[in-house]
Amino acid sequence: MSLDSKSPAGPIAQKWDKHRFDMKLVNPANKRKYSVIVVGSGLAGGAAAASLAELGYNVSCFCFQDSPRRAHSIAAQGGINAAKNYQNDGDSVYRLFYDTIKGGDFRAREANVYRLAQVSAEIIDQCVAQGVPFAREYGGTLSNRSFGGAQVSRTFYARGQTGQQLLLGAYSALSRQIGLGKVKMYNRSEMLDLVVIDGQAKGIIVRDLVTGKITRHSADAVVLGTGGYSNVYYLSTNAQMCNVTAAWRAARKGAYFANPCFTQIHPTCIPVHGDHQSKLTLMSESLRNDGRVWVPKKKEDCGKKPSEIAEADRDYYLERKYPSFGNLAPRDISSRSAKEVCDEGRGVGPGGRGVYLDFADSIKRLGLKAIQDRYGNLFQMYEKITGENAYEQPMRIYPALHYTMGGLWVDYNLMSNLPGLFVIGEANFSDHGANRLGASALMQGLADGYFVLPYTIGNYLAQQKEKAPSTDHPEFVKAEQEVHDRLNKLMSIKGKRSPNSFHHELGHLMWENVGMARNEKGLKEALAKIPQIREEFWKNLNVLGDKEDLNNALERAGRVADFLEFAELLTLDALERKESCGGHFREEYQMPDGEAKRDDENFAYVAAWEFKGVGQAPVLHKEPLNYEEVHMSTRSYK
Amino acid sequence: MSTTSNSMTFNIRIWRQKNAQTPGKLVEYKLDGISPDMSFLEMLDQLNERLYAKGEEPVAFDHDCREGICGMCSLNVNGIPHGPDSQVTICQTHMRIFKDGQTITIEPWRSTAFPVIKDCVVNRSAFDRIIQAGGFVSVNTGGTPDANALPISKEIADLAMDAAACIGCGACVAACKNSSALLFVSAKASQLNLLPQGKAEKDRRVLKMVETMDAEGFGACTNTNSCEAVCPKGIPVTFIAQLNRDYAWAMLKGAAAEPKATVGGA
Repeated sequence: MSLDSKSPAGPIAQKWDKHRFDMKLVNPANKRKYSVIVVGSGLAGGAAAASLAELGYNVSCFCFQDSPRRAHSIAAQGGINAAKNYQNDGDSVYRLFYDTIKGGDFRAREANVYRLAQVSAEIIDQCVAQGVPFAREYGGTLSNRSFGGAQVSRTFYARGQTGQQLLLGAYSALSRQIGLGKVKMYNRSEMLDLVVIDGQAKGIIVRDLVTGKITRHSADAVVLGTGGYSNVYYLSTNAQMCNVTAAWRAARKGAYFANPCFTQIHPTCIPVHGDHQSKLTLMSESLRNDGRVWVPKKKEDCGKKPSEIAEADRDYYLERKYPSFGNLAPRDISSRSAKEVCDEGRGVGPGGRGVYLDFADSIKRLGLKAIQDRYGNLFQMYEKITGENAYEQPMRIYPALHYTMGGLWVDYNLMSNLPGLFVIGEANFSDHGANRLGASALMQGLADGYFVLPYTIGNYLAQQKEKAPSTDHPEFVKAEQEVHDRLNKLMSIKGKRSPNSFHHELGHLMWENVGMARNEKGLKEALAKIPQIREEFWKNLNVLGDKEDLNNALERAGRVADFLEFAELLTLDALERKESCGGHFREEYQMPDGEAKRDDENFAYVAAWEFKGVGQAPVLHKEPLNYEEVHMSTRSYK
Repeated sequence: MSTTSNSMTFNIRIWRQKNAQTPGKLVEYKLDGISPDMSFLEMLDQLNERLYAKGEEPVAFDHDCREGICGMCSLNVNGIPHGPDSQVTICQTHMRIFKDGQTITIEPWRSTAFPVIKDCVVNRSAFDRIIQAGGFVSVNTGGTPDANALPISKEIADLAMDAAACIGCGACVAACKNSSALLFVSAKASQLNLLPQGKAEKDRRVLKMVETMDAEGFGACTNTNSCEAVCPKGIPVTFIAQLNRDYAWAMLKGAAAEPKATVGGA
């Protein structure tokens, strides 16, 4: 079956305007008669909940943290893109649109991306009006920096804490509406199922994480802003509690999951130091401007101190393999190259999973002071974590998972194939194609939450004749019972292993077989092993403590159970996509020089998967990607 | 890989409390095989895995991003909120700064306004209610002027950013002998009061936020500066001075927290 994106017809620059005019409106006085559930309080969810409440809708917002201010959007460092052209350097809506489409390796939907670029400028205006303290020039105007994949300076930033400041802006807007009684906020509350009535999303089942109480919530529409699924790999730069549960529960209820194999790996993270590690820390990619990447030429030298390895015995492999780009080779290429040298046994540091990023030459050339000025905070962070002084010895870095482009399938209105279910931010698949550009995640989350969903949801609500169903409806009763049954089952296995041990095992398999470079053999092996781990999980899991109490282990168990189902879909999607594009690299499909070999003839589509049961083959639905505006070209960084 | 070559042993005394209704106590655990490269929370993960293996319920503690920005982690370590390392959260603290064989005492934040939920987890929703009372600019989505329409000097923008760096963890309250929340309140109020966008409702903001802070059971500030000493983001107490000035000014002007719809007025 072919999926309809519902992208409006007409010239690309007029699609959104025309669509806004064509959409049905809810009369201002009638908005209070509609209720909307928003799950997640990050940039997308928080912005949406606040904006919908301002419009007059009755909003309930749910987050599993102890406060909406703690959503993982807070950890984004670099910045947010917007086509303001404040630097007079030739930026435009069209250029931002083009850069994002190209950066996504021609696997994103044109109409969505153009709209994203169009509303980007408004986001900055909105944030400034809220009191977000962006960096400024001495003249009082806003400051910009440049970022990867762009030749203009369009990135706005607030020191290294842009995500934090934007989230606190959305949180303050949300808090205002909570204080006014327009949003009912549920902290420490986790969505455990979606309720679908007559094919439409009409509510959710929620567990209060403090009391364990299960409650039903009904609404005219449900919005998921629940983030990405990087933690299926166990180790990632995501926060500990990030998970796929809300999205996966929706997928189990019929929402299609699109392009799950599009995952992004960041080349400059602090390497794993041991089996006990719980998370990876990202360091700004800008370090590669002045650092040289190398490993020893000989395996025997890996145990030596870097200072004891002679210049002639060092392999500056990026400079060797990509002489024109050198240490600034694109993210995916430098990530894969690091894996290759480590696979050859030439990796450094604990476990042999690391490469050196050496600043000695730059310090010699520019002086210590210049390097301190540029990267002082990063060197300090590195020292806090590793105990090593990177001014005196090279840093060790290794790639890590940090963003997922795939997500629940949505149409141009950000509505899933299940009417009434809207998906925003990282949780949907729509705007980044096979690869996301830096500083674009914050832009998309806020665009969806502030400026897209508040319009498109009205179009859906205006066409609803029936009001939100009673929570006594049989589908609510059934969904709640299923949640109880599942929790009881998790509690009653009483096996020997902790939820964490299963997560660890799954993550290791995913990283090794479905990580940076994928091949048919490894993917098939993973597809055989995942069900085994899942079977073992349901036989040998042990959840201690009570169900009617704060129970971190029970929360974790439920999330790991969902990862164990979702991982299979991700792997299958990677196997079926027999091409390399963006963050998805299949070893069988590469150019002689190691570049990704995209196959537009056979794979220029969105793969949207329909769940058919655990262990059952999902059904693939395709949304063809028609490029009317941009010519699909080979993404070259030579 | 193995961490046995330079592994450390600790005597962990940690607060165990079943729930808000049941009294808690410090329980001691001996923990060996800890790598100096582990973060403090990874050390606690280890403790929990071992408790798990023994069939003992793991210790509940709040954490999420583990990179010092979400503000979720909240442990009092050897009497100091966020432990002995300066200007970092406990999630960014690594075991190498402790001595092998050391006793480490771990407790939740202690404040009437932050009741214990379980073990080391406390309820900090009072902070949310303070923000809901006035920690915002009253502007709806859409229709805002161009971001560059109103120049803001770099000095003011930087100062506002210093204040805005607060992660809302509550260490300031936990460190204060009076459980005052003034560093938290002053950071948010100062950020918004400094910027032209927030000036219009400055008086109302400080009155509402301070009023809510008092109602939530936080104590008064007696200028011991312990809050600044433990703040993982280094927020200075000068913002408290700023808030005191803003508050006094708002009181002097007779601005009521809820403006009365009377003509003329005082």
